[in-house]
Amino acid sequence: MTNNRFILKSSPHFKGKDSVPKIMYAVIISLIPAIAASFYFFRIRALLIYLLSVSACLITEAVFLKARKKPMHSLWDGSAIITGLLLAMTLPPSLSLEIVVIGAVVSITLGKHVFGGLGDNIFNPALVGRAFLQVAFPVAMTTWIPPVTNQINTATYATPLGNLKFQAAAAQGALTPLKDLFWGNIGGCLGETSAVALLLGAAFLLYKRAIDWRIPVGIISILTVFTGIFWLTGPDKYASPAFHLLAGGLIIGAFFMATDMVTSPISPLGAWIYALGIGLLIGIIRLFGGFPEGVMFSILLMNTFVPLINRYTRPRILGERSTH
Amino acid sequence: MGQKIGESKSFFSACVHSSVSGKVMKVENYNHPLGNPVPAVTISNDGDDRVFPEIKKHKNPLSLNPEKIRHIVKDAGIVGLGGAAFPTAVKLSPPKDKPIDTIIINGCECEPVLTADHRLMLEYPDEIIQGAELVRIATGAEKIILGIENNKQDVYKLLQKKNYTFPLEISLLKTKYPQGAEKNLISALLKRVVPRGGLPFDVGVVVQNVGTVKAIWDAVNTGKPLYERALTVSGAGITSPKNLIVRIGSLFQNAIDYCGGLQDSANILVMGGPMMGLAQGTPDVPVIKGTSGILAWAEPEQITEHNCISCRRCVTHCPMGLVPTQLMKYSKLDYLSEAESWGIMDCVECGSCQYSCPAGIPLVHWLRVGKNKITDLKRKKSA
Repeated sequence: MTNNRFILKSSPHFKGKDSVPKIMYAVIISLIPAIAASFYFFRIRALLIYLLSVSACLITEAVFLKARKKPMHSLWDGSAIITGLLLAMTLPPSLSLEIVVIGAVVSITLGKHVFGGLGDNIFNPALVGRAFLQVAFPVAMTTWIPPVTNQINTATYATPLGNLKFQAAAAQGALTPLKDLFWGNIGGCLGETSAVALLLGAAFLLYKRAIDWRIPVGIISILTVFTGIFWLTGPDKYASPAFHLLAGGLIIGAFFMATDMVTSPISPLGAWIYALGIGLLIGIIRLFGGFPEGVMFSILLMNTFVPLINRYTRPRILGERSTH
Repeated sequence: MGQKIGESKSFFSACVHSSVSGKVMKVENYNHPLGNPVPAVTISNDGDDRVFPEIKKHKNPLSLNPEKIRHIVKDAGIVGLGGAAFPTAVKLSPPKDKPIDTIIINGCECEPVLTADHRLMLEYPDEIIQGAELVRIATGAEKIILGIENNKQDVYKLLQKKNYTFPLEISLLKTKYPQGAEKNLISALLKRVVPRGGLPFDVGVVVQNVGTVKAIWDAVNTGKPLYERALTVSGAGITSPKNLIVRIGSLFQNAIDYCGGLQDSANILVMGGPMMGLAQGTPDVPVIKGTSGILAWAEPEQITEHNCISCRRCVTHCPMGLVPTQLMKYSKLDYLSEAESWGIMDCVECGSCQYSCPAGIPLVHWLRVGKNKITDLKRKKSA
């Protein structure tokens, strides 16, 4: 009886306009100010690192999609490009280019495809790549150059957080001025230095609702409280919360990495728990750990808790009685 | 016309009446919009619309007792006209231990695109309000609340002007989908939450659609059984979309022809709304009591499906507070007990999750699969 004119399919028959590539490209657009800032501060080095990192990520992704017989349209969903950009942004500008490529390949391989590709990965892929490089090339990963725009002639240039940790800068009153931290005229990873450029992109993402606001708000609040308590008890020994918020990878981590949808919890309550965990860990590592910076490890550590958090923070079903 | 032609002994049923006058030709299986062919009565229409002589008016409908109203409603074969077609007489017989204090009249269109309820409220406000009053009498409730969405200001103004003397409250609600879903409507209007697996009875409420209460009024006032209903014929594939009052048992094809026929590009035909409607293989199916709309359009190309990126849009939009993406994964993997404890059976299949899913995952399909598997398993266990 059925003629072939009409399609038979299950409801719903309407579909919103949102798509995975749209979300991913919104993230890429939001990174543009910070990328532009890194071109300004580190010039040709920046361009080379971005180019190599992104193309190595794309090639690795293509190889895995092919090998695993996955649809090739996933290559251009934007996720591999984001991994490439974020990895590049967290690398020292002086890093040799072959190490950049290794980092990119490891990001996509160990960070993404061993778990089953986009959506199934437990860790933020870019941070997996960076963590690998940190362990494999500890010296290269902690050698810093000043930005082109900051003509300090020094052989052992350190980041603001490095100064704080190893030179007791707080005690000597030699902390990097907040103004420089804000604009980015400092040493540090390629795309982390300019707080203002990152915040501009973050505002765009929040406006687009591409990220959960609870995660950056949670991280920033707990870090402010944690570092604030120590600062108030010993301002000659500890840096102020404002310094901690603007220095290092805090902003890029809180707004662009911890908020990775795949590797953060589903429920609002889960997002708060996850964010507080990250913020607290960052504070502890920065103040008492062996590294000057703790954003990367904090996020990776909390990533591992996400499945557990999801399990115990299931949203209340309509009409469900509270469990006593 | 109006003669009873089908009846069942089951409590959860409604009888069927002829929507034309004429002669019974045959009783055999015919296509049905819900899928499998079912036994159907074919009547040749003599076009005279002679009313069945046993149909008679009731004097002073508003002074009838609850028992009588229930009896008339049952006899008239009235079911919920929102789309689910739940027998109305059942809804008018709340359990003794669950007193009803409020009647909610659902004036929120149950789905986007459908506008038949809106038209009914504009054209038959008196019938609707008096029908609601009958429901109130039948259930012993104290008041009636008519919930309408704030994009229907014309209805709101019209009803405000009428100054009905019934205990009636008209409440404007935000226009959103699924505002017309029973449990969500109750929580929006009364801030009462129907417990999981419960019914509106449990919080002292009976919800009726505007079309249903109009049918109740007609049945009680004029004795007319439910043999026609208002529905929307629309979508880009319909030449001139209309809201119609259609006799039950007319073919979709008749209604479509009345609206100028199908556009050549139309390649999908749906009974109901765009979110929950059922795709039809042919317009050679009859309008049934649950047919709230007949829609046709040209379906866009298949969307590419991506992996779930846990964007939580489905969680934000689920009116039942579920985690559709997790349920989808459980259903795919046959983790049925997990799916059940995460509330898969509470899913109302409204389609909001799938509409908002940027990865284009057929979430509702997977949830249905999971629900069916669980139901099958339970049936086997109890058998």
